[in-house]
Amino acid sequence: MDKLHLDQHISQQFNADLEELRTQVLELGGIVEQQTVDALTAVINADGELAEKVLATEEEVDLRELRLDEACTQVLARRQPAASDLRMVLAVARITRDLERMGDEADKVAKMAIYLVEDGAAPRGYVELRNIGNIVHQMVITALDAFARFDVDLAVKVAHEDSKVDQEYKTAMRELATYMMEDPRSISRVMNIIWALRSLERIGDHARNIAEHVIFLVRGLDVRHASVNEIEEKLRGPKK
Amino acid sequence: MTELNAVAQATIAQAVETPAAAAASSASYETVGQPFLDSGAKMSMRDVDVFYGDKQAIFNVGLDIGQNEVLAMIGPSGCGKSTFLRCLNRMNDTIDICRVTGQLQLEGQNIYDPKLDVVPLRARVGMVFQKPNPFPKSIYDNVAYGPRIHGLVSRRAELDEVVETSLRKASLWEEVKDRLHAPGTGLSGGQQQRLCIARTIAVSPEVILMDEPCSALDPIATAKIEELIAELSENFTIAIVTHSMQQAARVSHRTAYFHLGKLIEVNDTEKVFTNPDHELTEAYITGRFG
Repeated sequence: MDKLHLDQHISQQFNADLEELRTQVLELGGIVEQQTVDALTAVINADGELAEKVLATEEEVDLRELRLDEACTQVLARRQPAASDLRMVLAVARITRDLERMGDEADKVAKMAIYLVEDGAAPRGYVELRNIGNIVHQMVITALDAFARFDVDLAVKVAHEDSKVDQEYKTAMRELATYMMEDPRSISRVMNIIWALRSLERIGDHARNIAEHVIFLVRGLDVRHASVNEIEEKLRGPKK
Repeated sequence: MTELNAVAQATIAQAVETPAAAAASSASYETVGQPFLDSGAKMSMRDVDVFYGDKQAIFNVGLDIGQNEVLAMIGPSGCGKSTFLRCLNRMNDTIDICRVTGQLQLEGQNIYDPKLDVVPLRARVGMVFQKPNPFPKSIYDNVAYGPRIHGLVSRRAELDEVVETSLRKASLWEEVKDRLHAPGTGLSGGQQQRLCIARTIAVSPEVILMDEPCSALDPIATAKIEELIAELSENFTIAIVTHSMQQAARVSHRTAYFHLGKLIEVNDTEKVFTNPDHELTEAYITGRFG
């Protein structure tokens, strides 16, 4: 199956359990990725119907989060996994939590889309939304890809992209703040855009977290709270 | 002695059955991780080879065991971990065809020095076996046996004290204090094993070797022994061979992985069970086919 040899246990059932965890995470990831794209499209096009669809998916995401948590608990209780198996279960549990929170952020973006339908389109901010939204969407895809293939290089790419998003986000905030000072009547509508940008930026952070969990899973290195440079430095250490 | 001979026979059979071990003998290898300690080594082994006749069972093993450390040795059946353990108090001397080479030192003293008397050595390096093997004597006499033959006590009161202290350290005192003169063989399996541990610590050893001490015990008795190991490590250095990876993970500070007579990896236990350095270690502890 992969370089972690998750399908080579003496116990076939254990192989199946771990494979099931992996499949379930990727399914949940697919749903959350779709939520992100839909929420972004809804906010850009002021599409209330699409926004409602995003919100309606929340229940499914929550349900799958619970199911994955239960599956992880069962593997821990029944198999007492060690080494890469243990890291797999821990990574799955952590990734699941990040995916669920990404779903929550996508819901917030969808809510902003509904407000924009009610309040009328904002005069500014769509370029930034499209720009940051596209990067974040690509990050989500890459992070899930990194997990599916246990690919550390892809995970590092996500961390790089996250730094880019943080930069873009700061620039966008400065510009929109300036605009609101010039035209105070637009404040409430521009704020809707700002909240959506904020949520997209948060989705990017969660994608980066997922990438960090993948690095932990594959290499056993805890790279949380490390800068991109520090991550690369750690990864250059001895391979096993 | 018959039990020991049986163990020896089985070990020889295993060594003979694994031609792969012999084939691998020529290939040199290096133990990964940290087999050696910068300071505080209680026992130091270097370049240890063990042969049963012309079959080699242990290949060039180097390892330190630290003062007050609990070192777990794990590995598949026939990997040589018990053979290596039995080198540490020359238990292998009882097997005629067994030959040990290399340096094995206890606090800098060569334990295979021909002039060295093995009886005091085995008092300093005690051993607990897989199956509880109390003497067919009373509980009291089981514990008192060692101090008596080693002449460690002169008066009855002293002996009483050693017996009580040893039984307390082995967490057995409360359960047996009212029937010290009942036969040791009448105790439950877990109690018998703790009696054997009390018997071992009665002669104030420095190192305790344990060869699968819990494999004949139920989970509750096992938990008691494991608790005991943690307490004993305050006063003794412990090397334990176990087939239970969870047990190694629970009780030890460092873990050594043996494979086909070679010492593959030694690392801190927390590292071995979360992110081992060697793929053979990984395959073994995660239950994959290697």
